[in-house]
Amino acid sequence: MSIDKKIVDDLVANDVSFVTTVPCKQLAGVIDEVEARPEIFHIPSNKEDEGMGLCAGAFMGGKRPAIIMQNTAIGVTINTLATLTQYYRMPLPMIISYRGELREPVACQVEMAVHTKALLNQLNIPTYHFHKESDADELDAILKYTFMCNKPVAILTDASFWGGYGDQ
Amino acid sequence: MIRSEILREIAPILHDQLVVCNIGLPSQELHMIDDNAKNFYMLGTMGLSSSIGLGLALAQDKTVISIDGDGSVLTNLGTLPTIANNVADNYILMIIDNGSYGSTGDQPTYAGKKTKLEKVAEACGCENVVVCKDVDTGKTLQAAIDSKKMTVIVVKCDSGNIKLPVITMDPVVIRDRFMKAVAS
Repeated sequence: MSIDKKIVDDLVANDVSFVTTVPCKQLAGVIDEVEARPEIFHIPSNKEDEGMGLCAGAFMGGKRPAIIMQNTAIGVTINTLATLTQYYRMPLPMIISYRGELREPVACQVEMAVHTKALLNQLNIPTYHFHKESDADELDAILKYTFMCNKPVAILTDASFWGGYGDQ
Repeated sequence: MIRSEILREIAPILHDQLVVCNIGLPSQELHMIDDNAKNFYMLGTMGLSSSIGLGLALAQDKTVISIDGDGSVLTNLGTLPTIANNVADNYILMIIDNGSYGSTGDQPTYAGKKTKLEKVAEACGCENVVVCKDVDTGKTLQAAIDSKKMTVIVVKCDSGNIKLPVITMDPVVIRDRFMKAVAS
């Protein structure tokens, strides 16, 4: 089974039915899979804080949401995470491509990578780092944990997890 | 009319609907005029009233009205293409356009200058965009509810504020009672 399919299978198995995405090359396969699944309403966002607003509304409407985005978005969404998702105590799995880690070809990506875990830590956001493909075995448990504790939870997926950057 | 006068006038219409209300004075005014479980007050996060409302409308069948401001829509302008391309016919975005950032001291917004939000919404692909005068807000809103078509209403009104206290309700209480009202 492809890792893209496994990730989306875990979302569906945990009743996640409302997914917003901001594109990333590494997550392109997951986004395609989200779009293809009839169990999931896929709504692309123009910016990640907008996406977190959509997810907050969907949660209050009875759906389990998730957001798929790059780690640069942590810089964009700190206020939303603190004053909406956390303040109103809402669950939000965040499947994040962790750009700027080992095998990264674009130097600028490293500039946010070095802040990513520190910012998540400062926000008291539970954070999991997928480095090897087998790390994704925990996704099911992470999703259950997220909806148990009603918190935003970060799942960082680095280039090694995705098998590098292909031809770059 | 200023925003608080409009909210007072349309409160009987809002009373039966799910309302997501913008941060700051709009939420404080609605809270004072007609606090009830079907109101979701934003205590922070400027700009996301329209996004929260759209997510809620897409997730369930009841009518949802997002009360937003011109300044807040400008903060989250990316919301309009998302609304246009994800039609929810139980969703109404009502933009109270007073041309100013009311909660922060009535500084002028670009919507009060050259920018026309109704034209932005149309250019983004929103199909039912209605501009109304402050005195016509009630009948315009009721018509939008009755139409069962996703509608963006831009209410042109005067800037100005009344003095009133902040909302001290716990956010989890606001969210919990709102979710129970949504599910009921």
